[in-house]
Amino acid sequence: MKKQLFSLYLLFFCQVLYGQTDTSFFFTRVKQDSSKLKLNMDAVYNRPFLQMGKLPVSLGGYLEANSSYFSTDGISDGLSFQLPRLTMFMSASIRQRIKFMTEIEFEEGGREINIEFAALDLEFNPLFNLRGGVIMNPIGSFNQNHDGPKWEFVSRPVSSTTIIPSTWSNVGFGVFGKYSRKDWVWAYEAYLSNGFDDNIINNNQNRTWFPASKANGDRFEESFNGVPLKTVKMAVKHRKVAEIGLSWMGGVYNKFKDDGIILDKKRQLNFIALDINSTILKDTYLNGEWVWAYVDVPDTYIQQFGNRQQGGFLDIVQPIKKGKMLGWSESVLNVALRLEYADYNVGNFQELGLRIADHMYALVPAISFRPSAQTVIRANYRYERHTDLLRNPASQTAGFQFGFSTYF
Amino acid sequence: MNRRLLIFAIILEAILIVSCERITPRVPADDQILDGPIDGLSSAEKTRFLAGDVAFNDEIFTRETGLGSVFVATSCGSCHAGDGKGTLFTTLTRFGQTDETGNKFLHLGGPQLQNRAIPGYTPESIPAGATFSRFTPPSNTGLGFIELVSDEDILAMADPSDLDKDGISGVPNYGALPSFINALPNAIPKNGKYIHRFGKKAAAYSLLHQTVNAYSQDIGISSAFAPKDVYSGQEIDPEISNLTINNVVFYLQTLKAPIQRDQNDTQVQRGKQTFIDLGCQGCHKQTLKTSLSPIAALSNKTFHPYTDLLLHDMGSGLDDGYTEGSAKTSEWRTPPLWGLGLSPNSQGGQYFLMHDGRARSIEQAIQMHGGEAGASRDRFKKLAQGEQADLIKFLKSL
Repeated sequence: MKKQLFSLYLLFFCQVLYGQTDTSFFFTRVKQDSSKLKLNMDAVYNRPFLQMGKLPVSLGGYLEANSSYFSTDGISDGLSFQLPRLTMFMSASIRQRIKFMTEIEFEEGGREINIEFAALDLEFNPLFNLRGGVIMNPIGSFNQNHDGPKWEFVSRPVSSTTIIPSTWSNVGFGVFGKYSRKDWVWAYEAYLSNGFDDNIINNNQNRTWFPASKANGDRFEESFNGVPLKTVKMAVKHRKVAEIGLSWMGGVYNKFKDDGIILDKKRQLNFIALDINSTILKDTYLNGEWVWAYVDVPDTYIQQFGNRQQGGFLDIVQPIKKGKMLGWSESVLNVALRLEYADYNVGNFQELGLRIADHMYALVPAISFRPSAQTVIRANYRYERHTDLLRNPASQTAGFQFGFSTYF
Repeated sequence: MNRRLLIFAIILEAILIVSCERITPRVPADDQILDGPIDGLSSAEKTRFLAGDVAFNDEIFTRETGLGSVFVATSCGSCHAGDGKGTLFTTLTRFGQTDETGNKFLHLGGPQLQNRAIPGYTPESIPAGATFSRFTPPSNTGLGFIELVSDEDILAMADPSDLDKDGISGVPNYGALPSFINALPNAIPKNGKYIHRFGKKAAAYSLLHQTVNAYSQDIGISSAFAPKDVYSGQEIDPEISNLTINNVVFYLQTLKAPIQRDQNDTQVQRGKQTFIDLGCQGCHKQTLKTSLSPIAALSNKTFHPYTDLLLHDMGSGLDDGYTEGSAKTSEWRTPPLWGLGLSPNSQGGQYFLMHDGRARSIEQAIQMHGGEAGASRDRFKKLAQGEQADLIKFLKSL
């Protein structure tokens, strides 16, 4: 009996080992259908999934790991290694035209665990579908299309993580739809969700800082002030030209009323974002996003907390070799360049009449190697200049980053 | 091709690793920056310096950590970027005192105006009838040396009756000590009051006194030393630990003194001679010395701050009608000139000089001197253009 059990175990173990070397044994990789007109807003489903047999459940995820060496004004903390995120996603077709998808992210080695997306889609018509749950607010392009393996640079764009606090997701409901004809596709999304809180002007960054609201886990249980955050995006794409997206997110960030007592007026915030991506000159890929943010900061508060921010990035990616390299048959070697800028306080000092600075820009030349479409090994040099509020001599940061990101 | 690619990748990686420190930003020269510790600190003292550095420059106060409710700035570093001088953005407004009998507006929010407030609160305004003055935040460097100048040495520089007939008198600001301050062993009190030395009017006795006041009056942070809330006037729980305050004091005590640049430049040397010839040294004393300190690196050192730490009558042009301690409204403590040339690095590339930043250049600042400094100012005006340029270059080298 023991021998039989042992044999059975051995057989299973061998199959598991085999399964790990050949995913097709247990799972089949669901290939992405590139014939469809995919947009940034489709990114949540536009991922390589693994499917087991004919089960209506697909699994997937991605991992990012990197090392970096940076120096600011000549002072360096040396070489360090990071595991910024391990993300797992799962989708299920519950019934025809009813889908569920979730994305759970483990950040900084598991110190933070976030449900970035967990939504049910009810499909009625290509032009009209319902989505509810934890949704990623469709502001700009990066917030929804942020998977590490899709990018040729180790760090995420600064404006997309510090002005738009990507990944910015909230509990909410909304509608989305798409209309396509020949090479054209037009799509929209509109959601109501919980939103920001007054930590955006009450934080240890000493500036208006939208990511501060991400620390408020209560936003998955209740709205900070009872006023929903509204997010609307429209995008249009021509297969041979470009995709352009225009999005708006707006709401109230302060607690203007508590226990029925009026505390303050409703203070608005608004984001407007423009995103564009295109492939030019046959295979040069351009991808950019620009965001403007407006916040009603009380006049009697300190001007370090600005009422306007703006910033964006432009990525240029040029494949320089495609084909068989180092034994991988469909590999690609790219050179890339990112230009990015973020101004955290657009305006003038009341006391000085001079322009407030508090901005940064960065230049990031990179090289990336993709042994397959799902995996990217990348290295970049990064040069940043940060100018403080008063426009004092800028601090300079520069260094190298090396890492990989892969779907699994 | 693949082998070439592999070799290329290995070589590239090797180059990057080797060159990391070569193609990243260089450390600025020590004489170009104000921050950094004094030489000779022990490892334990360096650790404490770093703890104070973090509290001073990185700790941003929020509503939850005690900011306000009314305040001027959200952190120490907001007023002293890079440990240098501040600008009009963080200028402090003080009101309510016109003579040595004390501040008559303490019950109305004096002595300092908190002109900002967290959302939902209303900032203070200057009460009707109160005179006021604006104080630009000073630089922090070398304060540990200044704190250790003995009362005996300060009194030796004073000349209240102008016995030497040079037109410069100079008197210390005597004030009462707050309960949390212990007088230094070598203090020389007068009628129960002690020589104060920090601040535009020399109204703070020590760096602890100055730090506690700044947390309270500038940021609205109560402490065990100053437990009253600036908004309500009521005693509240401490919003900062004694340890943090003591670390910040230690940081201020052990920040290095500014290092003079271009000392061998002939124009700088000529300018220094002109500085002496004009009589500027009558108040801006070049060299002082420290007394004994528990911090060995500060003990018995000679240093060059260009101040006498005394109050001088600067004339009606600089009389704002407000004062502190025993100073008269036209009297100001001689500000140290060290670090003057680096001021634009913390003032957005510009100069905001004199007590309230009204002078936008060193020349303007000299011309605004009056009272006891009037004669030196007049001599400056009579200098040839080249001689004036020499003097300015010398002052910028400090």
